[in-house]
Amino acid sequence: MLEIKDLNVHFGVIHALKGISLTVNNGEIVTLIGANGAGKTTTLRTISGLKKATSGQILLDGNDITALSAQDRVKMGMSQVPEGRRVFTDMTVLENLELGAYLRRDRAGIKQDLEMVYDRFPRLADRRRQIAGTLSGGEQQMLAMGRALMSRPKILFLDEPSMGLAPLLVAEIFDIIKEINKSGTTILLVEQNASMALQIANRAYVMETGSIVLSGTGEELAQSDDIKKAYLGG
Amino acid sequence: MKVKNLMEKPAFRKFGGIIVLYAVVQLLISVGILNDYYFATIVTIGINVILAVSLNLITGFTGQFSLGHAGFMSIGAYFCAIVTLRVPGIPGFLLGMLAGGAAAAVVGLLVGLPTLRLKGDYLAIATLGMAEIIRIVFQNIEITNGAAGLSNLPKFVNWSWLFLFVAGITVLIVNFLHSSIGRACISIREDEIAAESMGINITRYKVTSFIIGAFCAGIAGALYATYFPIIKPDTFGFAKSVDILVIVVFGGLGSITGSIVGAVVLGLISMLLASWTDLRMVIYAILLIVIMIFRPQGLMGSREFSLAMLKRAGEQLNGLFHKKSKKEEN
Repeated sequence: MLEIKDLNVHFGVIHALKGISLTVNNGEIVTLIGANGAGKTTTLRTISGLKKATSGQILLDGNDITALSAQDRVKMGMSQVPEGRRVFTDMTVLENLELGAYLRRDRAGIKQDLEMVYDRFPRLADRRRQIAGTLSGGEQQMLAMGRALMSRPKILFLDEPSMGLAPLLVAEIFDIIKEINKSGTTILLVEQNASMALQIANRAYVMETGSIVLSGTGEELAQSDDIKKAYLGG
Repeated sequence: MKVKNLMEKPAFRKFGGIIVLYAVVQLLISVGILNDYYFATIVTIGINVILAVSLNLITGFTGQFSLGHAGFMSIGAYFCAIVTLRVPGIPGFLLGMLAGGAAAAVVGLLVGLPTLRLKGDYLAIATLGMAEIIRIVFQNIEITNGAAGLSNLPKFVNWSWLFLFVAGITVLIVNFLHSSIGRACISIREDEIAAESMGINITRYKVTSFIIGAFCAGIAGALYATYFPIIKPDTFGFAKSVDILVIVVFGGLGSITGSIVGAVVLGLISMLLASWTDLRMVIYAILLIVIMIFRPQGLMGSREFSLAMLKRAGEQLNGLFHKKSKKEEN
């Protein structure tokens, strides 16, 4: 479904992504793990079009989308839950969700998806008229995920969904990610919480200072000694 | 009974208040209580309402900090004056208004397109520079009569015209904000990155809101040039841009009714202080500082004024009194 070939990204003179390649197949959960500053978020932002690549290719279903704008990529079925949630704090829950469907014109479908999001996140349904900035961190994460689902994406990018959340909530969020995946959405997950990410991922890539250094199935990497030492504290 | 029925119609609730306002002022003018001196204050307030509401669209709702609103105003004023000096009568007036608004919108597009692509405060510097360039151009070309400005301008603006333009532009901007494009603009203010990842073309909507704001400022300038007999480049300097910004911040960034209340309150304050010419600016500044200390979010914050709000405030006051009387009993 998604294929990245030899992607290079620069911030000024800093070479942030050094020719990375990765693939996400239809229906998979793929995770990208690594330490702070490894380039995980930059990878996601380049894939979703918020950052321009210096060279390399991004293919979605075989089509080259490297030169497309962020909004064209959303139209093609990509959606992002940005790092740090970034909900629209002065708007209500409902308004946030409606903005997630900004590019869609099918009112009936939007309404249906709104119900779907409320089913998946009952807490949002209770708070649909509440101002998003007054939600707890976990609820804001759910809102950001619901908002991203409102564009009815084929592939969903999640950037550090566990950031700043209590362990119990992290488990809840990861359960929801699994459910979203089961209902047919392909997922690319960027995480620092490697043990949680590896548990739910079909495959995983490990990044270090702008390059992919390891890849394999979630299970393989969870067993690997290097990974245990570096990321799982074993 | 009949009055009560009328009060409950939604259309009346929406527009009843402003129609009553129109009728009352019209009556006061025809009876002669509101003389020319007071009317000049009303015109200034009306023009400031348009300027503040339109700057609020750019700065308060879309989140783009602009320091050049007086520049757009001066373009509107000069284009309109040049038209009304050549085309007589009401057609000239309307053509002038249109020319003023359109010219300001075109300049808004030219300034906005390159600068609104950039993130950060580039727009503030670019618009500041733009307003200065416009002022210096008007000071040095022949058709605007240089620093002396244009004088003997024909007067068209009466209460009805003023009311029509102020109410029309306010309704235009409120409707724009409630449209889906308006929502997109607000989401840009809230979080540019999130808006972009929702698929919102942020440059396009920033430019759209900037052009609408510039157009309205042009109309405000054109109203100025069809009421006051003289326009000079100095009238539209940096200080005027700051004045408009003060009204917007004072009323509340992101509140249309706040901008209206701000323009009216500050307009009345400067009228009342007019007799103390020496102390006027000092008192004005002190008042602003005091209000900003006690209400840093502006008079209205980002909320809108409504009858429900008055009701709540009334209930709170009521509650206070009740508490007091209970204490007294004890």
